[in-house]
Amino acid sequence: MANRPMLEIVSLEKRFGTNTILKKIDLKVAEGELVFVIGPSGSGKSTMLRCCNRLEEPTSGDIIVDGRNIMAGTRRDLDRMRLQIGMVFQGFHLYPHMSVLKNVTLAQRKALKRSKVEADARAMDMLEQVGMEHKADAYPGELSGGQQQRVAIARSLALDPKVMLFDEPTSALDPELVGSVLKVMKDLKSKGMTMVVVSHEMGFARETADRVVFMDGGVVVEQGTPDEIFGAPKAERTRAFLSRVSG
Amino acid sequence: MDRFLQTFFNPVVMAQYTPDIIAGIWVTLQIAAAVIIAGIAGGLLLACLRSYRIKTLNFFIICYADIFRALPPLVVILILYFGFPSIGIQLSGPMVLFIVLAATLAAFAEEIFWAGFSSVEKGQWEAGIATGLGFTRTLAYVALPQAVRLAIPPLVNRVLAITKMTALGSAIGVSEILSSATTAQSFSGSATPLTMSVVAYLVIFLPMVIVARWLESRTAWKKR
Repeated sequence: MANRPMLEIVSLEKRFGTNTILKKIDLKVAEGELVFVIGPSGSGKSTMLRCCNRLEEPTSGDIIVDGRNIMAGTRRDLDRMRLQIGMVFQGFHLYPHMSVLKNVTLAQRKALKRSKVEADARAMDMLEQVGMEHKADAYPGELSGGQQQRVAIARSLALDPKVMLFDEPTSALDPELVGSVLKVMKDLKSKGMTMVVVSHEMGFARETADRVVFMDGGVVVEQGTPDEIFGAPKAERTRAFLSRVSG
Repeated sequence: MDRFLQTFFNPVVMAQYTPDIIAGIWVTLQIAAAVIIAGIAGGLLLACLRSYRIKTLNFFIICYADIFRALPPLVVILILYFGFPSIGIQLSGPMVLFIVLAATLAAFAEEIFWAGFSSVEKGQWEAGIATGLGFTRTLAYVALPQAVRLAIPPLVNRVLAITKMTALGSAIGVSEILSSATTAQSFSGSATPLTMSVVAYLVIFLPMVIVARWLESRTAWKKR
């Protein structure tokens, strides 16, 4: 891919005490690219993702988003940069005391300082994009998991992020609800969003990912196109993992 | 039976001292309102400050909360009222009563709000912070409303318990309900004013108990 890098992870290290979770990770994600991260649990893939907006504080290394290092700068700079990094969680984390519309407008109003009119309009656009505009006045508790996750995606998109991070976005969903969320992600990809997805949805990876990264023990073991990784994995660890998950 | 009625429900005494008791109700209401507002605001502020997890500050907040939850308010009231003038700090009775009860309520309210903050899911904070709200705005718009909602039932009970303690003002001559009643009792030699104080307290606090019940019943989130 010839595009400029939108997200660069440079020798990222994360330690908890003496336990090293991430060992000098390097990863470049180009503009419009969908990078799919797989690996056994405890491999550090979620930690890596959470370091990308400093929800988890890296021990060392740099995270560069569209040319700007989020490890440098003040706390305010960091909050401003976080607006450009959308994050979708396994547990949705919608605000239960706010309507769907309020969920999507809160950060627009309070962090981006958009007017109510502007924020509402943007929110409705985004809700439409994820097929949730009819639930704008509902509360999160009234929605299914799949619907909540789509609202959570809209909440991130409304801030016009440059890159979207998905941390196991479908792992908490009932199987029949997974499809609706994956479809939204696929639409997003086709619109040119830069995405990093940590997930176990191998079918989705095969179909949509530009690149698949296999992590284990805090390092990137192998990466390549879906065909390369799923069709002809080079590393023994990748083969072992894939045979385990495909059963 | 006649003697019972004469003792507790003497109509002549009642008529004579009703204005005093009403004046007492007014004083009680004013002090109670001030205590509730200042105590809750103080407790909420302390709990918010505590959520920033600044070590030294939290040490002092926790010390304050623990000490004021442990001390009987009457002891502090007597120290402030009878002891402080000797070191040159002269406070009026109502002021002492207000300060001590508000400080006590703030200590309990801090712990209650803090428990509320602690039960807000970590993911709620992460969602706010990941969307660029930063800590303070996530606190204000995401965590606080949820913490307050969780805090309401225990808080209402504590508010009731502490505003009732305005009766301690009778120990330092604050002319609230109980004080007016005991004064009237010694002048009249009848227990009737005390009965009147019971009625007065019920008039004030029974509606509060009912409001408390109602608040508790409507604190659940909209659920599917």
